[in-house]
Amino acid sequence: MSKGRYGEYGGQYISETLMNELIYLEQQYNHYMNDADFVYELNTLLKEYAGRPSLLYYAERMTEDLGGAKIYLKREDLNHTGAHKINNVLGQVLLAKKMGKTRVIAETGAGQHGVATATAAALLDMECEVYMGEVDTKRQALNVYRMELLGAKVHPVKSGTKTLKDAVNDAFRDWIARVHDTNYVIGSTMGPHPFPQMVRDFQAVISKEARKQFLQKEGRLPDAVIACVGGGSNAMGAFYNFIEDEDVKLIGCEAGGKGIDTPYNAAALTKGQIGIFHGMKSIFNQSEYGQIAPVYSVSAGLDYPGVGPEHAYLRDCGRAQYVPITDEEAVNAFEYLSRMEGIIPAIESAHAVAYAMKLAPQMDKDEIIMICLSGRGDKDVRSIAEYRGVDLNE
Amino acid sequence: MSKIANAFQNGTAFIGFLTAGDPTIDKTVEFILAMEEAGCDLIEIGIPFSDPMAEGVVIQDANVRALENDTTTDDVFDIVRRVREKSDVPLVFLTYINPVFFYGYEKFFKKCGELGVDGIISPDLPYEEKGEIADIAKDNGVDVISLIAPTSSERIKMIANDATGFIYVVSSLGVTGMRSEIKTDLNGILSDIREVTDLPLAVGFGINTPDQASEIGKIADGVIVGSAIVKIIEKYGENAEKHLRDYVSAMKDASNQKS
Repeated sequence: MSKGRYGEYGGQYISETLMNELIYLEQQYNHYMNDADFVYELNTLLKEYAGRPSLLYYAERMTEDLGGAKIYLKREDLNHTGAHKINNVLGQVLLAKKMGKTRVIAETGAGQHGVATATAAALLDMECEVYMGEVDTKRQALNVYRMELLGAKVHPVKSGTKTLKDAVNDAFRDWIARVHDTNYVIGSTMGPHPFPQMVRDFQAVISKEARKQFLQKEGRLPDAVIACVGGGSNAMGAFYNFIEDEDVKLIGCEAGGKGIDTPYNAAALTKGQIGIFHGMKSIFNQSEYGQIAPVYSVSAGLDYPGVGPEHAYLRDCGRAQYVPITDEEAVNAFEYLSRMEGIIPAIESAHAVAYAMKLAPQMDKDEIIMICLSGRGDKDVRSIAEYRGVDLNE
Repeated sequence: MSKIANAFQNGTAFIGFLTAGDPTIDKTVEFILAMEEAGCDLIEIGIPFSDPMAEGVVIQDANVRALENDTTTDDVFDIVRRVREKSDVPLVFLTYINPVFFYGYEKFFKKCGELGVDGIISPDLPYEEKGEIADIAKDNGVDVISLIAPTSSERIKMIANDATGFIYVVSSLGVTGMRSEIKTDLNGILSDIREVTDLPLAVGFGINTPDQASEIGKIADGVIVGSAIVKIIEKYGENAEKHLRDYVSAMKDASNQKS
């Protein structure tokens, strides 16, 4: 059995053509993560360029309004480029540069990972091409233009469901043809080893900081950490340094779409089955004969028919729980946080906010919830207006 | 001797690929039999998959057409059953691993053994993950065909040592599809593999013209053609049989041309 296992999940189910490159990537990753100069350079970028550490903000009005646990927001939305994606991308693009690559490619759903990759590529002077489902290029047109402004070439992907999974397919197809000069900067804790581990390690800065910030502010750790889960990178980052703290509940919020009893959702851990796809053994939404099922969510960033292997493992061993949040609940939370705290969350992050709104009133006032606010919602304003039937073009 | 070895007894083998259920189940049966008659020594049957990551546009589109016709894994087995009523041509499945995993490895390979599927090629099951199916396939008499790529270098020895049936040598970087030129140092790769194994070596990815088949035929034991065949099926649909016969016959002749 290959490396990179989380229980039975993970592995390296990928074309032979890419195997040596993955082995090389893992070896280079291990080398540079133990290289003091690399670590210093990366930490400097995270601090001086991305704006870390991100704030741990006490959401006082929300807390009072819900009348239960104290709610803190880990403000990944305040990072440069507006989401947690930059944490991983700075790591991977810097690594690619050190490996002598001249070009990076990425897939993107909502566009946040594409924007982050294009940003890091501009900063580190690398060629950048981004694969984005055609459907997503329309619902996130602003992010397409942002990527182009940053010097990246955006390929609208017209195959399959024309969303995130198809963008991943085309990114792999590109990489397999240009392994010599290109690194695939994968955007989530998914794909073949070493990607799930590498992305988790780069995102673990979220929980590393949060742990310290809680000990400073509250003298204790939170009782629950809540994050949205598509592929699962912000959630893995928010969970990772709390995994050993068994009293901290870890809760992932999946895209329940129009409801888990309808075909229109992307809740892999709730509705999916074990399978092998995109280089990993994990949990996927599938049809009767193991075809990958079309999924749906109001949120382009959660519109993925699977989940990273470590989440599947955390679910099975009972360390984390995963709950579906519907479009309607997420949109309500999007509006609620905007009005209550003056913070417009990404519609992805609004899934985590929505669950906190359910959970907080059931908890005591001396208990604490952390919501990973993975991104800001400017990009979603148009689609939420549409969802509410408001025509912004009038 | 496994039936796959038979494919390499008739000069350089010509191996043709098509996607099951494109354009229909009935036509796939008819096309397989016609391709055998026209000179195919082994036929690869693609089990359609929603996300064929290693395929170029031509075979991706064939997968879409087959799935739009609701072609299932059971339908593909039915195709094999019907072909086997008339033909002993070696048959190999080309399938992504998820449909096999979902069907159940035991059930899938038992059926392969019963119906006479001689091998399986899985583009997303590299050496490291072969353990998923190796024992079950062997127990049912199904060869797991290994792929070797232009990037395999020092992995060649490990892969070739463990290979069965034949070795699928990937001619080029990238996905499947017709190429005007193949730039890889195939001679070097083939001789590296031959140092380790006596198994037949078949080269695929990109080959579509008789000239290319003839060039490859001089150095390899088999020539594999997929996208060019699928393109004919795409173009002529239900009426593709005659065109397939003409093409396969010309390609078999070219592959076998030693001078």
